Amino acid sequence: MITKEDVEYVAGLARLELSGQEKEEFTKTLGNILEYVKQLEEVDTSSVQPTAHILPLINVYRDDEVEPSTDRERILANAPEKLNGCFKVPRVI
Amino acid sequence: MYHYMTVSELAQRIKKREVSAEETTRSFIERIEELDEKVGAYITVEKDRALKTARDIDKKLKQGCELSPLAGIPMALKDNICTENIRTTCASKTLEDFVPPYSADVYERLEKAGCITLGKTNMDEFAMGSSTESSAFKVTRNPWDDSSIPGDSSGGSAAAVAAGMAAFALGTDTGGSIRQPTALCGVVGMKPTYGRVSRYGVVAYASSLDQVGPITRDVKDCALVLNHICGHDRRDSTSMVVAAPDFQAGLEEGIRGMRIGIPSEYFGKGIEQGVRDRVTEAIGVLEDLGAECEEVSLPHTIYALSAYYIISSAEASSNMARYDGIRYGYRAKDYSDLLDMYIKTRSEGFGAEVKRRIMLGTYALSSGNYDAYYKKAQKVRTLIKADFDSVFEDYDLIVCPTSSLVVIRSGEKTNDPLQKILPNVNTVPANIAGLPALSVPCGFLGNLPVGMQFIGKPFAESTLLRAAYAYQQNTGFHKMHPQV
Repeated sequence: MITKEDVEYVAGLARLELSGQEKEEFTKTLGNILEYVKQLEEVDTSSVQPTAHILPLINVYRDDEVEPSTDRERILANAPEKLNGCFKVPRVI
Repeated sequence: MYHYMTVSELAQRIKKREVSAEETTRSFIERIEELDEKVGAYITVEKDRALKTARDIDKKLKQGCELSPLAGIPMALKDNICTENIRTTCASKTLEDFVPPYSADVYERLEKAGCITLGKTNMDEFAMGSSTESSAFKVTRNPWDDSSIPGDSSGGSAAAVAAGMAAFALGTDTGGSIRQPTALCGVVGMKPTYGRVSRYGVVAYASSLDQVGPITRDVKDCALVLNHICGHDRRDSTSMVVAAPDFQAGLEEGIRGMRIGIPSEYFGKGIEQGVRDRVTEAIGVLEDLGAECEEVSLPHTIYALSAYYIISSAEASSNMARYDGIRYGYRAKDYSDLLDMYIKTRSEGFGAEVKRRIMLGTYALSSGNYDAYYKKAQKVRTLIKADFDSVFEDYDLIVCPTSSLVVIRSGEKTNDPLQKILPNVNTVPANIAGLPALSVPCGFLGNLPVGMQFIGKPFAESTLLRAAYAYQQNTGFHKMHPQV
């Protein structure tokens, strides 16, 4: 089913770092959940289209009009770190 | 003394100026100060702001301004609904200090109507959980029995209304998160049709399932609040352009000749016998009132929890990707580089339940698994919806139990996520199919309330409300209150 290595791989994709205990627990609980949802395999869906959401909508357009946006300082007020009107992030290059 | 009045009753008194909005608000605030240490419904209480807004409303009333029926009514909002300048935490360490620079559409509408925001209510972290116990901040108790959970995940909102600490509240419902806690707390809760109420400014969990809705003392209030929160909003691309009737208008028309389907699958294995008994009695009342109740079948119901688990987790994992510690929210203190900052921030900021859903969703969406899990679940979703479509060709609505279990103790079953979600077996199908659904109290098991669920056709909230109102007017369960 799902192994500890799978859990480590998925954690990497999800940008999560799991403790040894979390790895054990997730291997077990995710395994149980995946075992349970396996029941879907018994449903014949060979001629069924998937439903992403139930509304009769494909694309929703609006006019491309210039409008005022939220004030920069108000947006930056929630930033963990900021500098000169910008979000400050760790060095990337 | 105002704590257990309905919104309609309070509104009359405020309008006639028998009581001021400020007195009303003050009495609710005092009630919160007295009881909330025990109940734990609120994360944030906005006392000064609430009293100031109330005084403003009183001033307008004095000047003879024509105000909305909700003017001066004290309400509570689930803490995943963005409120400009009021902290919005989603009960997570990640957003512990987040103060939104904008408001959700529903909050804007209610503020404009003159509602008084008492505060923000406790919930499962990011609405993911089954008991309001995954909150990073506190445990909410069921006002009827403090050893029981208030239900998931809008538990704070339901408990606040049940304990008389708000005249009404808003919750959000992804797999039953309004209906489940309102059933367990003995109040009324509705998940409107997907697309009926704007999700703009409501922190996303599973975007194809989430919907905002009212939590009230009775059905008439539910209709009144729904009147004020629905309507098209161009800021939410899934908000439908659809006529919003006056939901209070047809309430008293009765249910003679209404055709009600009773799905056998919703009364089967896993449904507590006492719950089955109460709901069966309630169906008897509907029949006495002239409804034609017949057994129907929704054969794919047994697959609903699996489909829900995959779809909700997949969408959650993608929605949670935004919490990276850059623009807002928690950021880890010690890290070596950018990637390490993302990883540490997310690992320290999220609780166990949120991590589990992100993991499951990431797994279901990852290369090699997408077709087997996510696409398969979406196909089963088509079949679940088709079951409903077929029943609704012959019936006006469906009636069944809301929560399959009633006695759920705090701390119980917390280690088995599959067991935890089982009480929601009857609530998730309406989310999967996007249908409106309403829970009303229909009796007790011991000292704990039991909820009955009405599920309707898309955008047929009025039919649900009419049926639930007829039931409520001929029973008295919505008038019973816990001794907190």
